[in-house]
Amino acid sequence: MAEKPANNNEYWAANIRLVTICLVIWALASFGFAILLRPLISGIAVGGTDLGFWFAQQGSILVFLVLIFFYAWRMNSLDKQFGVDEE
Amino acid sequence: MDQTTINFIFVGASFALYFAIAVWARAGSTSEFYAAGRGVNPVVNGMATAADWMSAASFISMAGLIAFVGYNNSSFLMGWTGGYVLMAMLLAPYLRKFGKYTVPEFVGDRYYSQTARIVAVICLIVISTTYVIGQMTGAGVAFSRFLEVDNTTGLIIASLVVAFYAVMGGMKGITYTQVAQYIVLIIAYTIPAIFISLQLTGNPIPGLGLFSSMAPGNAGGVEAGVPLLATLNELLDDLGFNEYTTGSSPLNMALFTLSLMIGTAGLPHVIIRFFTVPRVADARWSAGWALVFIALLYLTAPAVGAMARLNIITTMWPEGVESEAIAQEDLPDWFQTWEVTGLLGVEDLNGDGRIQYYNDASPEGQAFAEANGLEGNELVTFNRDILVLANPEIAQLPGWVIGLIAAGGLAAALSTAAGLLLAISSAISHDLIKSVINPGISEKGELLAARLSMIVAIILATLLALNPPGFAAQTVALAFGLAAASLFPTLMMGIFYKRMNSAGAIAGMLAGLISTLLYLFLFLGWFFIPGTATLDSSQYLFGIPPASFGPVGALLNFVVAYLVSNATDEPPQEIQDLVESVRIPRGAGGAVDH
Repeated sequence: MAEKPANNNEYWAANIRLVTICLVIWALASFGFAILLRPLISGIAVGGTDLGFWFAQQGSILVFLVLIFFYAWRMNSLDKQFGVDEE
Repeated sequence: MDQTTINFIFVGASFALYFAIAVWARAGSTSEFYAAGRGVNPVVNGMATAADWMSAASFISMAGLIAFVGYNNSSFLMGWTGGYVLMAMLLAPYLRKFGKYTVPEFVGDRYYSQTARIVAVICLIVISTTYVIGQMTGAGVAFSRFLEVDNTTGLIIASLVVAFYAVMGGMKGITYTQVAQYIVLIIAYTIPAIFISLQLTGNPIPGLGLFSSMAPGNAGGVEAGVPLLATLNELLDDLGFNEYTTGSSPLNMALFTLSLMIGTAGLPHVIIRFFTVPRVADARWSAGWALVFIALLYLTAPAVGAMARLNIITTMWPEGVESEAIAQEDLPDWFQTWEVTGLLGVEDLNGDGRIQYYNDASPEGQAFAEANGLEGNELVTFNRDILVLANPEIAQLPGWVIGLIAAGGLAAALSTAAGLLLAISSAISHDLIKSVINPGISEKGELLAARLSMIVAIILATLLALNPPGFAAQTVALAFGLAAASLFPTLMMGIFYKRMNSAGAIAGMLAGLISTLLYLFLFLGWFFIPGTATLDSSQYLFGIPPASFGPVGALLNFVVAYLVSNATDEPPQEIQDLVESVRIPRGAGGAVDH
């Protein structure tokens, strides 16, 4: 399992980087565009309201979906790259 | 054929399906009972997770919560989906790699402490029990409304159905019934929504219809070609309500959203669903699939909410708000059906034979009343929970759609109840009986213990639902608050912070647990007994309402755990090796099988 500790550390660092990037986008789409930054993008009109409202009721959920699949795909290829995937 | 017969056929057919699945998917071993033998396909598990997660609250209440508040309640949409991002990246794959059966088991092994394990069991039981009461109550209501049996009979039927397939099949039976239940509930939810969206906007996809323009030929004097949301805002403005798309206090909204997200990620009955897939890579994909199936409902719900609100206004003001309101004798049939239940009520306060619906609590609404000779809002009761259930009637859809809604509401309540009951019974049989009380128990004995704990849990949940402790609403805040403040941080640190030791974890868990309980009890009453609240809402710490306290409790957990852990010895080498092995997927296939 932990035969190659150095390699495992690099793998873990890569994982943390990926999670951090994903969670920044996660926070930006929900707490950002949909709530706190909504006034900044209120100039962009979407179907009778503004972009922030769209993010709050549709966009954030779509972003979450893309993020989870992106993470799964990246991690599964990182597993292979670092040789820690399941045989 | 009358409506009740149609409802009986739909509900009966769905129950027959669940029974058939239960017989086919009997559990023969503890591995099958606790984790469906770890042989569930990730897409199938995603679907089961979606049904497990989407409760009576998501199916029945959420659209109404959004409809009558508007933008601010988008918190529920983002909170109850955003938690999956946290679960997918911070917990699910690692806990699957760990390869055991329950959440407290991870806590106990990782922190090499029976105390930690028992604290986790207590959190799990409090969270899941409070949650399961709501599901049983919801099932009882659906029975009494659609099948015209009384509430108690409805509840007992619901308990017997769950008992049958959950006790027999364990996680294996529950998984495959949940798949069937997901299909029933998603069809029931989306069909009326598609029809309503077509009617109002001409767009068959409700989530797109929400941002489309009004189609020609709608009632209420609404203009074709104007966006639906602009139309709704204008009507609400005229009647003195808050605009649908306008929000207030973004900071509170952000905090509440965060508390729902962290709470969702820490719910044990959802986490254990990821123990059923064969590999770590599958756990990652499965979280994505779960969110796909959840999103089908969650992207539709806001459209259902806004469109129903618009339909209610145009029903009450068929010629527009500048003209006369609807005459009492012209009210549609569904008004009568729902008035009987007491969830909907009209009263002609000014005696003009018409029913005026407006907001009599706002200055704008009062000015509107003065100009039109009104003496108060005459749509006196409109329970938001009837919105989804009455949706097919509001849109004048055929009787079989109503039968489908009945089956769908029951599917949502039963699938969640079964998942919760499994989490409770496995914590009792595996974490208490097998680990603390009788470690020498045979596999067969443990399987029997698991089944018996399940039966006891069902009886207890039924009794509690028959005599609801009168604080149903607060208990939801309790469940999410505890999941956020106690379980989520403890699990996360167990994976991401190798230095975390037993003393730190226990101190942190207790800090999160006690601070959250204290805050809830101080403001909502001790043990939620009405009238015993020590403080009132003007004394909220930094203005934080109790339902949003979860993230604060989580923060306390993290800080206390960090400080205590660094003041005490680092965890033993074999625990640090355990953390290393949980972090990498290799070796999950031959995972530990006691």
